[in-house]
Amino acid sequence: MAENDIIPHLFRTEYSKMVSVLTKSFGIEYVELAEDIVSETFMLALDVWPFKGLPTNPTAWLYTVAKNKVKNHYLRNNTFKKKVRHILEMGMLPEEISIDFSEKNIVDSQLQMLFAICHPSISVESQICLALRILCGLGLDEIADAFLSNKENIHKRLQRGKKKLKQLGIKIEMPAENDLNERVDAVLHTIYLVFSEGYYSESNSRIIRSELCADALNMAYLILSNSNTNLHSTNALLSLMCFQSSRLEARMSDHGDIILYDDQDRNLWDKELIEKGFYFLQQASKWDITSQYYIEASIAYWHTVESTHPDKWTSILLLYDVLLTINNSPVVSLNRIWAYSKVHGALQAIDEAESQDLKTNHFYFMLMAELCRHFDEGIAIQYLSKAYALCKTNAEKDLIQLKIVALQTKQMV
Amino acid sequence: MKEYILLFRHENANGKVSPEQMQQWMKQQMDWVAGIAAQNKFVSGTGLLFEDAKVVNHQKMITNGPFGDIKETLGGYVIVKAESAEEAAEFAKGTPILMGEGNTVEVRQILTH
Repeated sequence: MAENDIIPHLFRTEYSKMVSVLTKSFGIEYVELAEDIVSETFMLALDVWPFKGLPTNPTAWLYTVAKNKVKNHYLRNNTFKKKVRHILEMGMLPEEISIDFSEKNIVDSQLQMLFAICHPSISVESQICLALRILCGLGLDEIADAFLSNKENIHKRLQRGKKKLKQLGIKIEMPAENDLNERVDAVLHTIYLVFSEGYYSESNSRIIRSELCADALNMAYLILSNSNTNLHSTNALLSLMCFQSSRLEARMSDHGDIILYDDQDRNLWDKELIEKGFYFLQQASKWDITSQYYIEASIAYWHTVESTHPDKWTSILLLYDVLLTINNSPVVSLNRIWAYSKVHGALQAIDEAESQDLKTNHFYFMLMAELCRHFDEGIAIQYLSKAYALCKTNAEKDLIQLKIVALQTKQMV
Repeated sequence: MKEYILLFRHENANGKVSPEQMQQWMKQQMDWVAGIAAQNKFVSGTGLLFEDAKVVNHQKMITNGPFGDIKETLGGYVIVKAESAEEAAEFAKGTPILMGEGNTVEVRQILTH
Protein backbone atom coordinates (compact mmCIF):
# COMPACT_ATOMS: atom_id res chain seq x y z
CA MET A 1 0.00 0.00 0.00
CA ALA A 2 1.22 3.50 -0.82
CA GLU A 3 1.77 6.33 1.64
CA ASN A 4 0.47 6.12 5.16
CA ASP A 5 -1.69 9.17 4.84
CA ILE A 6 -3.43 8.52 1.56
CA ILE A 7 -6.93 8.61 3.07
CA PRO A 8 -6.50 11.84 5.07
CA HIS A 9 -4.90 13.36 2.00
CA LEU A 10 -7.73 12.30 -0.31
CA PHE A 11 -10.29 13.32 2.25
CA ARG A 12 -8.87 16.83 2.61
CA THR A 13 -8.79 17.38 -1.15
CA GLU A 14 -11.80 15.42 -2.38
CA TYR A 15 -14.49 15.57 0.30
CA SER A 16 -15.30 19.22 -0.31
CA LYS A 17 -15.14 18.86 -4.09
CA MET A 18 -17.50 15.90 -4.15
CA VAL A 19 -19.99 17.31 -1.65
CA SER A 20 -20.05 20.65 -3.52
CA VAL A 21 -20.59 19.07 -6.92
CA LEU A 22 -23.32 16.73 -5.65
CA THR A 23 -25.11 19.46 -3.71
CA LYS A 24 -25.00 21.75 -6.71
CA SER A 25 -26.56 18.97 -8.78
CA PHE A 26 -29.31 18.13 -6.27
CA GLY A 27 -29.99 21.50 -4.66
CA ILE A 28 -29.14 22.73 -1.17
CA GLU A 29 -31.95 20.76 0.49
CA TYR A 30 -29.96 17.63 -0.28
CA VAL A 31 -26.70 18.76 1.24
CA GLU A 32 -26.88 16.02 3.87
CA LEU A 33 -27.54 13.37 1.28
CA ALA A 34 -24.46 14.59 -0.59
CA GLU A 35 -22.40 14.39 2.59
CA ASP A 36 -23.69 10.88 3.32
CA ILE A 37 -22.89 9.68 -0.17
CA VAL A 38 -19.35 11.03 -0.05
CA SER A 39 -18.77 9.71 3.42
CA GLU A 40 -19.99 6.25 2.44
CA THR A 41 -17.79 6.36 -0.63
CA PHE A 42 -14.78 6.68 1.65
CA MET A 43 -16.08 3.87 3.84
CA LEU A 44 -16.27 1.61 0.82
CA ALA A 45 -12.63 2.37 0.09
CA LEU A 46 -11.91 0.93 3.52
CA ASP A 47 -13.62 -2.30 2.52
CA VAL A 48 -11.90 -2.70 -0.79
CA TRP A 49 -8.45 -1.17 -0.63
CA PRO A 50 -7.04 -3.34 2.17
CA PHE A 51 -7.59 -6.40 -0.05
CA LYS A 52 -7.03 -5.09 -3.53
CA GLY A 53 -4.49 -2.39 -2.87
CA LEU A 54 -4.87 1.21 -3.95
CA PRO A 55 -6.55 1.80 -7.30
CA THR A 56 -4.28 3.32 -9.95
CA ASN A 57 -6.25 6.53 -9.76
CA PRO A 58 -7.84 6.75 -6.30
CA THR A 59 -9.60 10.04 -7.09
CA ALA A 60 -11.28 8.60 -10.19
CA TRP A 61 -12.26 5.56 -8.11
CA LEU A 62 -13.95 7.81 -5.54
CA TYR A 63 -15.81 9.77 -8.24
CA THR A 64 -17.07 6.59 -9.90
CA VAL A 65 -18.25 5.06 -6.64
CA ALA A 66 -19.97 8.31 -5.64
CA LYS A 67 -21.75 8.50 -9.02
CA ASN A 68 -22.98 4.95 -8.59
CA LYS A 69 -24.23 5.69 -5.13
CA VAL A 70 -26.21 8.59 -6.59
CA LYS A 71 -27.73 6.31 -9.23
CA ASN A 72 -28.66 3.76 -6.60
CA HIS A 73 -30.30 6.39 -4.47
CA TYR A 74 -32.13 7.83 -7.45
CA LEU A 75 -33.56 4.46 -8.36
CA ARG A 76 -34.79 3.49 -4.97
CA ASN A 77 -36.04 6.79 -3.64
CA ASN A 78 -39.08 8.08 -5.49
CA THR A 79 -39.36 11.42 -3.75
CA PHE A 80 -35.76 12.16 -4.51
CA LYS A 81 -36.33 11.00 -8.07
CA LYS A 82 -39.26 13.32 -8.65
CA LYS A 83 -37.60 16.31 -7.10
CA VAL A 84 -34.23 16.09 -8.74
CA ARG A 85 -35.25 14.80 -12.14
CA HIS A 86 -35.47 18.22 -13.75
CA ILE A 87 -32.35 19.44 -11.95
CA LEU A 88 -30.21 16.57 -13.10
CA GLU A 89 -31.75 16.92 -16.54
CA MET A 90 -31.83 13.22 -16.97
CA GLY A 91 -34.11 11.14 -19.05
CA MET A 92 -35.77 8.11 -17.63
CA LEU A 93 -32.77 5.88 -17.31
CA PRO A 94 -30.33 6.00 -14.44
CA GLU A 95 -27.48 5.34 -16.86
CA GLU A 96 -28.00 8.85 -18.12
CA ILE A 97 -27.57 10.52 -14.78
CA SER A 98 -24.55 12.64 -15.19
CA ILE A 99 -22.66 14.06 -12.30
CA ASP A 100 -20.03 16.39 -13.67
CA PHE A 101 -16.71 15.94 -11.87
CA SER A 102 -14.79 18.06 -14.37
CA GLU A 103 -12.16 20.41 -12.97
CA LYS A 104 -14.20 23.46 -13.96
CA ASN A 105 -17.44 22.27 -12.43
CA ILE A 106 -15.63 21.28 -9.24
CA VAL A 107 -14.13 24.74 -8.76
CA ASP A 108 -17.39 26.51 -9.72
CA SER A 109 -19.40 24.32 -7.36
CA GLN A 110 -17.02 24.90 -4.46
CA LEU A 111 -17.03 28.65 -4.97
CA GLN A 112 -20.82 28.81 -5.26
CA MET A 113 -21.12 26.60 -2.20
CA LEU A 114 -18.92 29.06 -0.31
CA PHE A 115 -21.26 31.91 -1.28
CA ALA A 116 -24.31 29.87 -0.25
CA ILE A 117 -22.81 29.01 3.14
CA CYS A 118 -21.71 32.59 3.78
CA HIS A 119 -25.13 33.97 2.95
CA PRO A 120 -25.84 37.04 5.12
CA SER A 121 -28.93 35.43 6.65
CA ILE A 122 -26.88 32.61 8.21
CA SER A 123 -25.30 33.39 11.59
CA VAL A 124 -21.55 33.82 11.43
CA GLU A 125 -20.98 30.93 13.88
CA SER A 126 -22.96 28.62 11.62
CA GLN A 127 -21.16 29.94 8.55
CA ILE A 128 -17.82 29.05 10.08
CA CYS A 129 -18.95 25.57 11.10
CA LEU A 130 -20.53 24.87 7.72
CA ALA A 131 -17.45 26.09 5.87
CA LEU A 132 -15.14 23.93 8.00
CA ARG A 133 -17.35 20.88 7.65
CA ILE A 134 -18.42 21.10 4.02
CA LEU A 135 -15.62 23.01 2.34
CA CYS A 136 -12.66 21.92 4.45
CA GLY A 137 -13.80 18.38 5.29
CA LEU A 138 -13.16 18.76 9.03
CA GLY A 139 -14.89 16.29 11.33
CA LEU A 140 -17.10 17.26 14.27
CA ASP A 141 -14.30 16.41 16.71
CA GLU A 142 -11.84 18.67 14.97
CA ILE A 143 -14.26 21.60 14.81
CA ALA A 144 -15.16 21.09 18.46
CA ASP A 145 -11.46 21.03 19.30
CA ALA A 146 -10.85 24.30 17.46
CA PHE A 147 -13.71 26.05 19.24
CA LEU A 148 -13.11 24.45 22.64
CA SER A 149 -16.63 23.14 22.38
CA ASN A 150 -18.12 19.66 22.18
CA LYS A 151 -19.38 17.56 19.30
CA GLU A 152 -23.03 17.99 20.27
CA ASN A 153 -22.86 21.78 20.19
CA ILE A 154 -21.08 21.80 16.86
CA HIS A 155 -23.62 19.34 15.50
CA LYS A 156 -26.45 21.62 16.61
CA ARG A 157 -24.79 24.64 15.08
CA LEU A 158 -24.38 22.79 11.78
CA GLN A 159 -27.99 21.65 11.85
CA ARG A 160 -29.23 25.17 12.48
CA GLY A 161 -27.17 26.45 9.56
CA LYS A 162 -28.40 23.74 7.19
CA LYS A 163 -32.01 24.27 8.26
CA LYS A 164 -31.70 27.95 7.47
CA LEU A 165 -30.13 27.22 4.08
CA LYS A 166 -33.08 24.98 3.25
CA GLN A 167 -35.76 27.28 4.65
CA LEU A 168 -34.52 30.22 2.63
CA GLY A 169 -34.06 28.04 -0.43
CA ILE A 170 -30.63 29.50 -1.02
CA LYS A 171 -29.39 28.68 -4.49
CA ILE A 172 -25.92 27.40 -5.16
CA GLU A 173 -24.95 30.04 -7.65
CA MET A 174 -22.84 33.15 -8.03
CA PRO A 175 -24.32 36.28 -6.43
CA ALA A 176 -25.91 38.86 -8.72
CA GLU A 177 -23.44 41.36 -10.10
CA ASN A 178 -24.71 44.35 -8.13
CA ASP A 179 -24.38 42.36 -4.89
CA LEU A 180 -21.04 40.87 -5.74
CA ASN A 181 -18.70 43.17 -3.82
CA GLU A 182 -20.80 43.01 -0.70
CA ARG A 183 -21.13 39.23 -0.88
CA VAL A 184 -17.41 38.78 -1.48
CA ASP A 185 -16.72 40.95 1.57
CA ALA A 186 -19.01 38.77 3.67
CA VAL A 187 -17.25 35.60 2.52
CA LEU A 188 -13.83 37.14 3.16
CA HIS A 189 -14.94 38.16 6.63
CA THR A 190 -15.88 34.56 7.45
CA ILE A 191 -12.64 33.27 5.95
CA TYR A 192 -10.65 35.69 8.07
CA LEU A 193 -12.54 34.55 11.17
CA VAL A 194 -11.59 30.96 10.37
CA PHE A 195 -8.01 32.09 9.94
CA SER A 196 -7.97 34.06 13.19
CA GLU A 197 -9.52 31.13 15.00
CA GLY A 198 -6.48 29.14 13.89
CA TYR A 199 -3.92 31.87 14.42
CA TYR A 200 -5.10 33.06 17.82
CA SER A 201 -6.90 29.90 18.88
CA GLU A 202 -6.90 28.85 22.49
CA SER A 203 -6.96 25.24 21.40
CA ASN A 204 -3.87 23.38 22.47
CA SER A 205 -3.80 21.33 19.33
CA ARG A 206 -1.08 22.66 17.07
CA ILE A 207 -2.35 20.55 14.21
CA ILE A 208 -5.87 21.90 14.28
CA ARG A 209 -4.53 25.44 14.44
CA SER A 210 -2.36 25.25 11.33
CA GLU A 211 -5.15 23.28 9.66
CA LEU A 212 -7.56 26.19 10.13
CA CYS A 213 -5.03 28.68 8.75
CA ALA A 214 -4.38 26.48 5.72
CA ASP A 215 -8.13 25.99 5.17
CA ALA A 216 -8.70 29.75 5.25
CA LEU A 217 -5.94 30.26 2.68
CA ASN A 218 -7.44 27.57 0.45
CA MET A 219 -10.87 29.15 0.56
CA ALA A 220 -9.37 32.53 -0.32
CA TYR A 221 -7.56 30.93 -3.28
CA LEU A 222 -10.91 29.59 -4.40
CA ILE A 223 -12.30 33.13 -4.55
CA LEU A 224 -9.21 34.34 -6.35
CA SER A 225 -9.57 31.62 -8.99
CA ASN A 226 -12.69 33.25 -10.44
CA SER A 227 -12.06 36.41 -12.46
CA ASN A 228 -15.28 37.99 -11.16
CA THR A 229 -14.21 37.64 -7.56
CA ASN A 230 -10.50 38.32 -8.01
CA LEU A 231 -10.88 41.74 -6.39
CA HIS A 232 -8.79 44.18 -4.39
CA SER A 233 -10.14 42.86 -1.10
CA THR A 234 -9.50 39.22 -2.05
CA ASN A 235 -5.84 39.93 -2.83
CA ALA A 236 -5.43 42.13 0.23
CA LEU A 237 -6.79 39.48 2.60
CA LEU A 238 -4.71 36.75 0.97
CA SER A 239 -1.63 38.91 1.38
CA LEU A 240 -2.42 39.52 5.05
CA MET A 241 -3.02 35.83 5.75
CA CYS A 242 0.16 34.81 3.92
CA PHE A 243 2.27 37.23 5.97
CA GLN A 244 0.66 36.11 9.22
CA SER A 245 0.92 32.41 8.33
CA SER A 246 4.61 32.84 7.61
CA ARG A 247 5.11 33.38 11.34
CA LEU A 248 2.84 30.57 12.51
CA GLU A 249 5.68 28.15 13.31
CA ALA A 250 7.81 30.78 14.99
CA ARG A 251 4.87 32.00 17.04
CA MET A 252 4.47 28.90 19.15
CA SER A 253 6.98 27.10 21.32
CA ASP A 254 7.18 23.34 21.45
CA HIS A 255 5.05 23.48 24.57
CA GLY A 256 2.30 25.51 22.94
CA ASP A 257 3.31 28.82 24.54
CA ILE A 258 3.00 32.05 22.57
CA ILE A 259 6.26 33.58 21.42
CA LEU A 260 5.99 37.31 20.78
CA TYR A 261 7.25 38.94 17.61
CA ASP A 262 10.45 40.35 19.16
CA ASP A 263 11.48 36.96 20.55
CA GLN A 264 10.72 34.89 17.45
CA ASP A 265 13.39 32.94 15.65
CA ARG A 266 13.37 34.54 12.21
CA ASN A 267 14.79 31.38 10.68
CA LEU A 268 11.45 29.75 11.38
CA TRP A 269 9.59 32.30 9.26
CA ASP A 270 8.32 30.76 6.08
CA LYS A 271 10.08 32.60 3.23
CA GLU A 272 7.79 31.24 0.56
CA LEU A 273 4.69 32.57 2.32
CA ILE A 274 6.36 35.94 2.80
CA GLU A 275 7.01 36.09 -0.95
CA LYS A 276 3.43 35.15 -1.67
CA GLY A 277 2.21 37.79 0.76
CA PHE A 278 4.28 40.38 -1.06
CA TYR A 279 2.98 39.20 -4.42
CA PHE A 280 -0.68 39.52 -3.38
CA LEU A 281 0.03 42.89 -1.78
CA GLN A 282 1.30 44.11 -5.13
CA GLN A 283 -1.73 42.61 -6.87
CA ALA A 284 -4.06 44.37 -4.42
CA SER A 285 -2.33 47.70 -5.07
CA LYS A 286 -3.44 47.57 -8.71
CA TRP A 287 -6.85 48.79 -7.64
CA ASP A 288 -7.02 52.46 -6.84
CA ILE A 289 -8.62 51.83 -3.46
CA THR A 290 -7.52 50.92 0.01
CA SER A 291 -9.05 48.75 2.68
CA GLN A 292 -8.51 47.53 6.18
CA TYR A 293 -7.02 44.24 4.94
CA TYR A 294 -4.69 46.18 2.65
CA ILE A 295 -3.38 48.42 5.44
CA GLU A 296 -3.01 45.45 7.78
CA ALA A 297 -1.19 43.48 5.09
CA SER A 298 1.12 46.46 4.52
CA ILE A 299 1.87 46.57 8.25
CA ALA A 300 2.49 42.81 8.22
CA TYR A 301 4.83 43.33 5.28
CA TRP A 302 6.91 45.90 7.20
CA HIS A 303 7.16 43.45 10.08
CA THR A 304 9.06 41.08 7.80
CA VAL A 305 11.64 43.81 7.13
CA GLU A 306 14.83 43.88 9.23
CA SER A 307 14.68 46.19 12.26
CA THR A 308 17.73 48.05 10.98
CA HIS A 309 15.76 49.44 8.03
CA PRO A 310 15.47 53.21 8.71
CA ASP A 311 11.90 53.50 7.39
CA LYS A 312 10.49 50.45 9.12
CA TRP A 313 8.83 51.93 12.21
CA THR A 314 7.92 55.31 10.74
CA SER A 315 6.12 53.47 7.94
CA ILE A 316 4.35 51.19 10.39
CA LEU A 317 3.30 54.16 12.54
CA LEU A 318 1.95 55.96 9.50
CA LEU A 319 -0.02 52.89 8.47
CA TYR A 320 -1.50 52.60 11.97
CA ASP A 321 -2.55 56.26 11.77
CA VAL A 322 -4.47 55.42 8.59
CA LEU A 323 -5.84 52.19 10.04
CA LEU A 324 -7.23 54.10 13.03
CA THR A 325 -9.33 56.20 10.67
CA ILE A 326 -10.89 53.00 9.28
CA ASN A 327 -11.05 50.97 12.45
CA ASN A 328 -10.82 52.93 15.68
CA SER A 329 -10.51 50.03 18.08
CA PRO A 330 -8.48 49.57 21.27
CA VAL A 331 -6.37 46.83 19.66
CA VAL A 332 -5.37 49.11 16.78
CA SER A 333 -4.66 51.99 19.19
CA LEU A 334 -2.43 49.81 21.35
CA ASN A 335 -0.50 48.50 18.37
CA ARG A 336 -0.11 52.07 17.16
CA ILE A 337 1.37 53.08 20.51
CA TRP A 338 3.90 50.26 20.24
CA ALA A 339 4.94 51.60 16.80
CA TYR A 340 4.94 55.11 18.32
CA SER A 341 7.40 53.98 21.00
CA LYS A 342 9.72 52.61 18.34
CA VAL A 343 9.75 55.99 16.59
CA HIS A 344 9.53 58.47 19.48
CA GLY A 345 10.83 56.44 22.41
CA ALA A 346 9.15 54.69 25.34
CA LEU A 347 8.67 57.79 27.54
CA GLN A 348 6.65 59.68 24.93
CA ALA A 349 4.72 56.51 24.16
CA ILE A 350 3.74 56.19 27.83
CA ASP A 351 2.33 59.76 27.74
CA GLU A 352 0.52 58.93 24.49
CA ALA A 353 -0.97 55.77 26.00
CA GLU A 354 -2.08 57.48 29.22
CA SER A 355 -3.78 60.25 27.25
CA GLN A 356 -6.18 57.67 25.77
CA ASP A 357 -8.90 55.68 27.38
CA LEU A 358 -7.55 52.18 26.79
CA LYS A 359 -7.42 50.60 30.21
CA THR A 360 -10.19 48.12 29.41
CA ASN A 361 -8.17 45.06 28.46
CA HIS A 362 -5.04 43.19 29.44
CA PHE A 363 -3.14 44.18 26.31
CA TYR A 364 -3.01 47.75 27.62
CA PHE A 365 -1.30 46.64 30.82
CA MET A 366 1.05 44.33 28.94
CA LEU A 367 2.03 47.18 26.67
CA MET A 368 2.58 49.57 29.60
CA ALA A 369 4.73 46.96 31.35
CA GLU A 370 6.80 46.59 28.20
CA LEU A 371 7.27 50.36 27.91
CA CYS A 372 8.15 50.79 31.60
CA ARG A 373 10.35 47.80 32.21
CA HIS A 374 13.59 49.53 31.28
CA PHE A 375 13.02 52.37 33.76
CA ASP A 376 11.11 50.83 36.61
CA GLU A 377 10.81 47.10 37.09
CA GLY A 378 8.50 47.51 40.08
CA ILE A 379 5.87 49.42 38.11
CA ALA A 380 6.26 47.03 35.20
CA ILE A 381 5.50 44.11 37.53
CA GLN A 382 2.39 45.92 38.82
CA TYR A 383 1.15 46.38 35.27
CA LEU A 384 1.81 42.73 34.48
CA SER A 385 -0.11 41.63 37.56
CA LYS A 386 -3.11 43.65 36.38
CA ALA A 387 -2.79 42.08 32.93
CA TYR A 388 -2.60 38.62 34.52
CA ALA A 389 -5.83 39.22 36.40
CA LEU A 390 -7.65 40.37 33.26
CA CYS A 391 -6.48 37.89 30.63
CA LYS A 392 -8.51 34.81 29.88
CA THR A 393 -6.37 32.18 28.22
CA ASN A 394 -3.86 29.92 29.89
CA ALA A 395 -1.26 30.49 27.20
CA GLU A 396 -1.39 34.23 27.93
CA LYS A 397 -1.33 33.71 31.69
CA ASP A 398 1.80 31.57 31.31
CA LEU A 399 3.43 34.18 29.13
CA ILE A 400 2.70 36.97 31.62
CA GLN A 401 3.85 34.84 34.55
CA LEU A 402 7.16 34.25 32.79
CA LYS A 403 7.60 37.96 32.25
CA ILE A 404 6.89 38.69 35.93
CA VAL A 405 9.43 36.11 37.07
CA ALA A 406 12.03 37.49 34.67
CA LEU A 407 11.56 41.01 36.04
CA GLN A 408 11.62 39.82 39.65
CA THR A 409 14.89 38.00 38.99
CA LYS A 410 16.30 41.13 37.40
CA GLN A 411 15.25 43.19 40.44
CA MET A 412 17.13 40.90 42.75
CA VAL A 413 20.39 41.11 40.82
CA MET B 1 -12.44 -27.22 9.82
CA LYS B 2 -15.50 -25.26 8.70
CA GLU B 3 -15.72 -22.08 6.69
CA TYR B 4 -17.47 -18.95 7.87
CA ILE B 5 -18.30 -15.73 6.10
CA LEU B 6 -17.95 -12.52 8.06
CA LEU B 7 -20.18 -9.81 6.55
CA PHE B 8 -19.37 -6.20 7.36
CA ARG B 9 -22.19 -3.71 7.71
CA HIS B 10 -21.55 0.00 8.18
CA GLU B 11 -23.80 2.64 9.54
CA ASN B 12 -23.68 6.16 8.25
CA ALA B 13 -20.36 7.57 9.45
CA ASN B 14 -20.71 11.07 8.11
CA GLY B 15 -18.56 13.45 10.13
CA LYS B 16 -18.09 10.98 12.94
CA VAL B 17 -14.99 9.27 11.64
CA SER B 18 -11.93 11.34 10.89
CA PRO B 19 -9.84 10.57 7.83
CA GLU B 20 -6.96 9.78 10.15
CA GLN B 21 -9.11 7.17 11.86
CA MET B 22 -10.05 5.76 8.47
CA GLN B 23 -6.40 5.49 7.55
CA GLN B 24 -5.70 3.72 10.81
CA TRP B 25 -8.60 1.33 10.26
CA MET B 26 -7.31 0.48 6.84
CA LYS B 27 -3.94 -0.44 8.28
CA GLN B 28 -5.55 -2.38 11.13
CA GLN B 29 -7.77 -4.20 8.68
CA MET B 30 -4.73 -5.29 6.72
CA ASP B 31 -2.96 -6.38 9.92
CA TRP B 32 -6.07 -8.22 11.01
CA VAL B 33 -6.29 -10.13 7.74
CA ALA B 34 -2.55 -10.86 7.90
CA GLY B 35 -3.03 -12.22 11.43
CA ILE B 36 -5.71 -14.65 10.29
CA ALA B 37 -3.66 -15.61 7.23
CA ALA B 38 -0.67 -16.34 9.49
CA GLN B 39 -2.76 -19.05 11.17
CA ASN B 40 -3.61 -20.40 7.74
CA LYS B 41 -7.27 -19.60 8.32
CA PHE B 42 -7.87 -16.85 5.78
CA VAL B 43 -9.76 -18.02 2.71
CA SER B 44 -10.70 -14.85 0.84
CA GLY B 45 -12.24 -11.44 1.24
CA THR B 46 -12.88 -8.10 -0.38
CA GLY B 47 -15.28 -5.19 -0.59
CA LEU B 48 -18.55 -5.37 -2.44
CA LEU B 49 -19.24 -2.74 -5.05
CA PHE B 50 -22.69 -1.52 -5.87
CA GLU B 51 -21.47 -0.63 -9.30
CA ASP B 52 -23.37 -2.60 -11.94
CA ALA B 53 -25.04 -4.63 -9.24
CA LYS B 54 -28.07 -6.56 -10.52
CA VAL B 55 -31.07 -8.23 -9.02
CA VAL B 56 -32.73 -11.04 -10.90
CA ASN B 57 -36.29 -11.79 -9.82
CA HIS B 58 -38.36 -14.97 -10.07
CA GLN B 59 -39.54 -14.00 -13.54
CA LYS B 60 -35.89 -13.81 -14.63
CA MET B 61 -36.22 -10.06 -14.92
CA ILE B 62 -32.91 -8.33 -14.44
CA THR B 63 -33.02 -5.02 -12.64
CA ASN B 64 -30.28 -2.81 -11.39
CA GLY B 65 -29.56 -3.20 -7.73
CA PRO B 66 -29.53 -4.11 -4.93
CA PHE B 67 -29.48 -0.62 -3.61
CA GLY B 68 -27.74 -0.62 -0.32
CA ASP B 69 -29.28 2.04 1.78
CA ILE B 70 -26.91 4.96 1.90
CA LYS B 71 -27.12 4.90 5.65
CA GLU B 72 -26.41 1.22 6.06
CA THR B 73 -24.14 -0.54 3.68
CA LEU B 74 -23.13 -4.12 3.20
CA GLY B 75 -19.60 -3.18 2.47
CA GLY B 76 -17.48 -6.29 2.35
CA TYR B 77 -16.77 -9.76 3.56
CA VAL B 78 -14.04 -12.09 4.68
CA ILE B 79 -14.18 -15.87 4.57
CA VAL B 80 -12.24 -17.65 7.30
CA LYS B 81 -11.65 -21.21 8.40
CA ALA B 82 -12.66 -21.97 11.97
CA GLU B 83 -13.55 -24.88 14.21
CA SER B 84 -16.77 -23.24 15.39
CA ALA B 85 -18.95 -20.17 15.01
CA GLU B 86 -17.48 -19.01 18.33
CA GLU B 87 -13.97 -19.07 16.93
CA ALA B 88 -15.13 -17.24 13.80
CA ALA B 89 -16.84 -14.64 16.00
CA GLU B 90 -13.59 -14.23 17.93
CA PHE B 91 -11.90 -13.40 14.64
CA ALA B 92 -14.66 -10.92 13.89
CA LYS B 93 -13.94 -9.07 17.12
CA GLY B 94 -10.56 -8.10 15.73
CA THR B 95 -11.73 -6.07 12.75
CA PRO B 96 -11.47 -2.29 13.08
CA ILE B 97 -14.82 -2.03 11.29
CA LEU B 98 -16.35 -2.55 14.74
CA MET B 99 -14.77 0.65 16.03
CA GLY B 100 -17.45 2.52 14.13
CA GLU B 101 -20.50 2.98 16.29
CA GLY B 102 -23.45 1.04 14.87
CA ASN B 103 -21.31 -1.13 12.62
CA THR B 104 -21.79 -4.87 12.84
CA VAL B 105 -20.20 -8.07 11.59
CA GLU B 106 -22.53 -10.92 10.75
CA VAL B 107 -21.02 -14.42 11.08
CA ARG B 108 -22.53 -17.21 8.97
CA GLN B 109 -21.28 -20.69 8.32
CA ILE B 110 -20.78 -21.61 4.69
CA LEU B 111 -22.07 -25.08 4.01
CA THR B 112 -19.31 -26.79 2.08
CA HIS B 113 -20.64 -30.34 1.81
